[in-house]
Amino acid sequence: MSTDFSLTTFTEQGILPQVVYSLKAVDNGDNSIGIKAKNGVVIATEKSSTILVDEDSYHKVQNISDTIGCTYAGIGPDYYSVIKKARKDCLKYEQIYRDKISVYLLAKNLAELMQEYTQAGGRRPFGVSMLLAGIDHDGPRLYQVEPSGAFHSYKATALGKNSPNAENFLEKRYEDDLELEDAIQIALLTMKEGFEGEMNETNIEIGVVSTEDKNFRVLTQQEVKDYLKEAE
Amino acid sequence: MSIMDYNGSAMVAMKGKNCVAIAADTRLSQQLCTISQNMQKVFKVNDRCLFGLAGLATDVATYSKELKMKTNMYKLTENRDIKASTFTDLVATSLYEKRFGPYFVVPVVAGLDDKGDGEYEPVIASYDYIGCKEQSYFACAGTSQSFLYGVCESFYKEDMNPDELFEAVSQSLLAAMDRDSLAGWGATVYVLTPTEIIVKNIKTRQD
Repeated sequence: MSTDFSLTTFTEQGILPQVVYSLKAVDNGDNSIGIKAKNGVVIATEKSSTILVDEDSYHKVQNISDTIGCTYAGIGPDYYSVIKKARKDCLKYEQIYRDKISVYLLAKNLAELMQEYTQAGGRRPFGVSMLLAGIDHDGPRLYQVEPSGAFHSYKATALGKNSPNAENFLEKRYEDDLELEDAIQIALLTMKEGFEGEMNETNIEIGVVSTEDKNFRVLTQQEVKDYLKEAE
Repeated sequence: MSIMDYNGSAMVAMKGKNCVAIAADTRLSQQLCTISQNMQKVFKVNDRCLFGLAGLATDVATYSKELKMKTNMYKLTENRDIKASTFTDLVATSLYEKRFGPYFVVPVVAGLDDKGDGEYEPVIASYDYIGCKEQSYFACAGTSQSFLYGVCESFYKEDMNPDELFEAVSQSLLAAMDRDSLAGWGATVYVLTPTEIIVKNIKTRQD
C-alpha cells in the first residue's frame, strides 16, 4: 500500500488518515468551551480523572502570557508541548518588539507548528485542539487551532465529546453584545448539558480575560464555586 | 578618524504637540570631498513613522533596506502598520543583533502613536550604533551632533504646532551645519502630522 512508507500520506480518496484520527482524538477528549463577550473572553474545561487523582495538582486552563490564556481538548501531554512552544513564541516576540503578541499571530504560529506535523517525516499530528483567549489591539479574541493546522476566530465554540450538543446550545444562547459575566454563566450552562456526574469546583476549570485589566486569569476554586451557585 | 565621520551628516528630530519633525542635510561626501548634494537620509516606514540614518553611507543604504524588509514583513504577518513606539524597539533589537559586527549607523526615529480620540503621542528616539535607545524631546545625530545639541536646547519649546516645529528644526539644523564642514549643501525637513507628511527642501549655504 502507498501509505506504508509514511504516516502522513494521502489516500486515493484525498484524505490524510492521521489527521482525521487526530481530530477523532480531540472529539474523544473532555469538553472545553470558549465564549467571546463584548468586554472579554471566557474559556472553560472539564477535568475528568479518577477520584484518586489529586485535582489540584494540575491545571487544564493555563496562561501563555499575561494577556493570553488557553485550554484544549484531546491528549494532555501533547497540550504541554504545544503550550511550551506558545510561551516561547510570546517571549521571543516581546523581546523583539517590547509589545504584546496579538492572539491572531500566536494562533497563526501554533497553526504553522500543527501543520508542519501533518507533513514532516517521522512525526505524527498533535492530538489536541487548542482554544486561545486573549485581548489585543483588536479587542477580545477567541481562536481555535486544530491538529490539521486550520485556525479560526470564534464568537463561541465547543470541543470534545459533547461538542455537537454544546455547539447547538451555544448557537441558541449566543448574542453579539454579551457581557463577560453573562458569558461565564452561559459557559457553565453549556458545560452542564451532558456533564457526567455532578459539576463542582474541582472537576471544572475556568479562565477569563476582560478588557478592563487585560490580564488572563484562571479562576480560583472559590470563584468557580460562587459562579456555580449563581448558575443554579 | 572614526569611521562614523567618514561621510558627514547632520540630523535632527523634535517633538511638537500632536506632531513631530525630522530633518537631515543632503550632502554625500568622502571626508572633505563632496560626491553628491542629493542624498536621501530620511526614510518612510508608514504614514505615522519616519526614520533617519546618520553615519557610514554604505551602511545607511544597507540598513535602511533591512529595516524596510522588517517593517514590510511585520505588515504582512500582522495585517497592520507597525506603531512608531514598536518600531523604535525593532530598531534597537535589530542593531543589537549585529553587536559584534555592527552597522556604523546612528538612527533617529520620529513618529506618532495613536492614543485614540484624535490625540497622538509624539515619539522620538535615537540610538548608538549597537542599539542603545534614548528617548527625549529632541534627538541629534551625525557629524554635527555636538553642535546640534546646543542649538536644539535653545530652540526647543514645549507643545509647538507644525509651523513652529518646522521653524525650530530648520533653524537648529542651519545653525549647526554652519559649524560643520562635513555636513550641509542642502537639507530636507519632514513634519509629520496626523493628517499629512509635510516635506520641505530648505535653502542652505552652498560652501
